[in-house]
Amino acid sequence: MLSRTAWSLYWLGRYIERADFVARLVEATVRLDALSARPAGEAAWASALTVTDSEEAFAATGERLSQQFVARFLTLDATNPGSIVRCLDRARDNARAVRTALTREAWTSINRAWLIFNNRASPGGAAATLNLVEAVKAETRGFEGAIHRMMRNQASWFIRLGQAIERADNTARLIDVKYHLLLPEGERVGGAIDRDQWTTILQTVSAVTAYRWLYSEGLRPGDVIDLLLARAELPRSLAATTEEAVEILSALGKRTGLQGEADRMARMRQARMAKTRSSEVIKSGLHQYLQAFIDENALLDAAIARQFRFTH
Amino acid sequence: MEPRGLWGFDVTMGKRRAFDEIWGTGGRRRPRKELAELARWIEATPASELSRRQHAAEAAFRQLGITFAVYGDADAAERIIPFDIVPRVFLADEWARLSEGLVQRVEAINAFLDDVYGEARIVREGVLPPDLVFGNPQFRPEIAGMKPPHHVWAHICGIDLVRTGPDQFWVLEDNARTPSGVSYMLENREAMIRLCPELFRSFRVAPVDGYTDMLLQTMKSVAPPGAGSSPNCVVLTPGHYNSAYYEHSFLADNLGVELVEAADLVVDDDVVWMRTIAGRVKVDVIYRRVDDDFLDPLVFRPDSMLGVPGLIAAYAAGNVTIINAPGTGIADDKAIYSYMPEIVRFYSGEEAKLPIVRTWRCREPDALEYVLDHLDELVVKLVDGSGGYGMLVGPTASDEEIANFRAALVAEPHRYIAQPTLALSTVPTLGDKGVVPRHVDFRPFVLTGASGVQVVPGGLTRVALREGSLVVNSSQGGGTKDSFVLLGDEPEVRA
Repeated sequence: MLSRTAWSLYWLGRYIERADFVARLVEATVRLDALSARPAGEAAWASALTVTDSEEAFAATGERLSQQFVARFLTLDATNPGSIVRCLDRARDNARAVRTALTREAWTSINRAWLIFNNRASPGGAAATLNLVEAVKAETRGFEGAIHRMMRNQASWFIRLGQAIERADNTARLIDVKYHLLLPEGERVGGAIDRDQWTTILQTVSAVTAYRWLYSEGLRPGDVIDLLLARAELPRSLAATTEEAVEILSALGKRTGLQGEADRMARMRQARMAKTRSSEVIKSGLHQYLQAFIDENALLDAAIARQFRFTH
Repeated sequence: MEPRGLWGFDVTMGKRRAFDEIWGTGGRRRPRKELAELARWIEATPASELSRRQHAAEAAFRQLGITFAVYGDADAAERIIPFDIVPRVFLADEWARLSEGLVQRVEAINAFLDDVYGEARIVREGVLPPDLVFGNPQFRPEIAGMKPPHHVWAHICGIDLVRTGPDQFWVLEDNARTPSGVSYMLENREAMIRLCPELFRSFRVAPVDGYTDMLLQTMKSVAPPGAGSSPNCVVLTPGHYNSAYYEHSFLADNLGVELVEAADLVVDDDVVWMRTIAGRVKVDVIYRRVDDDFLDPLVFRPDSMLGVPGLIAAYAAGNVTIINAPGTGIADDKAIYSYMPEIVRFYSGEEAKLPIVRTWRCREPDALEYVLDHLDELVVKLVDGSGGYGMLVGPTASDEEIANFRAALVAEPHRYIAQPTLALSTVPTLGDKGVVPRHVDFRPFVLTGASGVQVVPGGLTRVALREGSLVVNSSQGGGTKDSFVLLGDEPEVRA
């Protein structure tokens, strides 16, 4: 496989995953802001910007911190490199460049998602915004399905590898930002909590039902962190994304004979996470742990690029 | 050479009437006998049903992404080329004669290229004026003296033909660089088989789906001697912003080879490699869909960052075959075109089987004078133009257009040729109000490999969808049709 093709497939996976994540984040924030018992207002949208690392970029637009402006910024603003429309644009660009490596189904799901966003100027009110992000989620689910129906070959593995790396990053950022927002320093885990706020986190990673199945004690911050960090049953948990990266790299290694630094890093991370107790992480400093995870994930991304000669 | 006395049934163009390929010159009541079955099909199938099928085909094309316009525009509309559901048919004997002419012409084109970049006998013996060849911007002095494997330069040619009567076919232009459109030939046939299966029961239609196999065989046959038994072939595209990108990816897919961009290739010690995840892999044959100008910045366009530095050196060293070879543009230049009868005679010793359209070379003072006096009846074209741009169609142009064109022509006469407006044949075509005659042209694809020339039994029929229009280019509102080539002497009609 051409290096450029592998690189485009990998980034196709990353951008689709990022678009999907932002869609979930916007959806959960709309609920938090407008639909919960105690609307969180500005703070909800400020934290959505923090999760996507785009507070400064938003401040530069000079707009007010409100659903109207932040939702538009995160979904349809073509000047925001992290907006859904830009992610879909980049995803589609990469998909077009590797048309021969994709099935028709995979291509059309990306194309449709892109078309939904392309001619929209404003996401509209809360209900319209929810419809818009729901439409993106439907198409990315379609894409996901199409990838899994593709031949189990290098093309689908590079896309899934990109998705796994992106997902790890997104989940880590989400936990980091929300946890600090909800539990200011010194406050005890397990104290009085804001149910709506914690539900928002679970919604963002599609884990509301999974949580109910796995934890019987009701909504407890420690358990939410445990689910997102350590439970491999949840596809968006750090444990699951770590496991997935190892599996895909090993499948690629078997097929191409290319194994190396990226495999070693991914396996080391997996071995370490297997021994990690989330309660201990919370005690010894969740923020530091998550920052280290995010940095390591970026190093793994760079190792993958070197191992498969994405750049010359 | 101007066609005369072609009285068609209801198409007028200027003062002349056009020949209709189904109804001939006899009017709707009397179709040409070999095509009576097709005429019956058109009469018997309600326009609404034809329209339904046509929309189904176009919807499928859109989903597949068989588009020609780049989506870079703000409106992001990827346009498809309109598809017409009524096929165009060539009888077996018509096709046999056409094929002979095409083989002869493409053999002459390759002999001509081998000569002008070699000994240039045709110039030295006074058949062509030296400045027309060596002073031509399409002539590439950089590659003079190079010899591609088996002396094949133009491996893939698209010869544009028009028809004015039952036996009157004319070559309108040659495309010896990177002719496009073959994906439409293949996709249109797929659509027709799916949507109008009854036609394939009524007619024995020669299949076109062998094209990609023929192409792969051709590519492998001209691989460099050192390439071994399974040469590595690739398709080189300018990238996914190119308007013909769909066709590039379609061909790579169907050939089962990599679709590469210039940045995927690197030349080291006169050997071309492609960059893969497992390291460098040697490349033996490149079917390039990029212009000469963007092949190698070291040779053709030092100002360009595009291309593969060192590619031409690798080609000169005989380590890679480029399809079509660099420099083939000289053979499809429209001023050279006017000499094709002499060129064919010079290399084959025979008269050309396919005539060209009478051509006035505006570089010659007498010709220029005639053209300026008759602008309202002629078609005037840039010698190096394509796609219907830079062209004047006298009979349909406004006084202002003619005046503007006259000024351009007087300023740079050497850049233009002129031809009479031909009464192009029509083929029944589905319009808003039923089936109507529309003008067509035809591009068959001719492949040349180590073992000679092959013509695919089919091609791309382009149709001018506007009433009376003669401009079939997709960029100017033209559409396409499937082109049936019938097998055997008579169409076998089964009930």
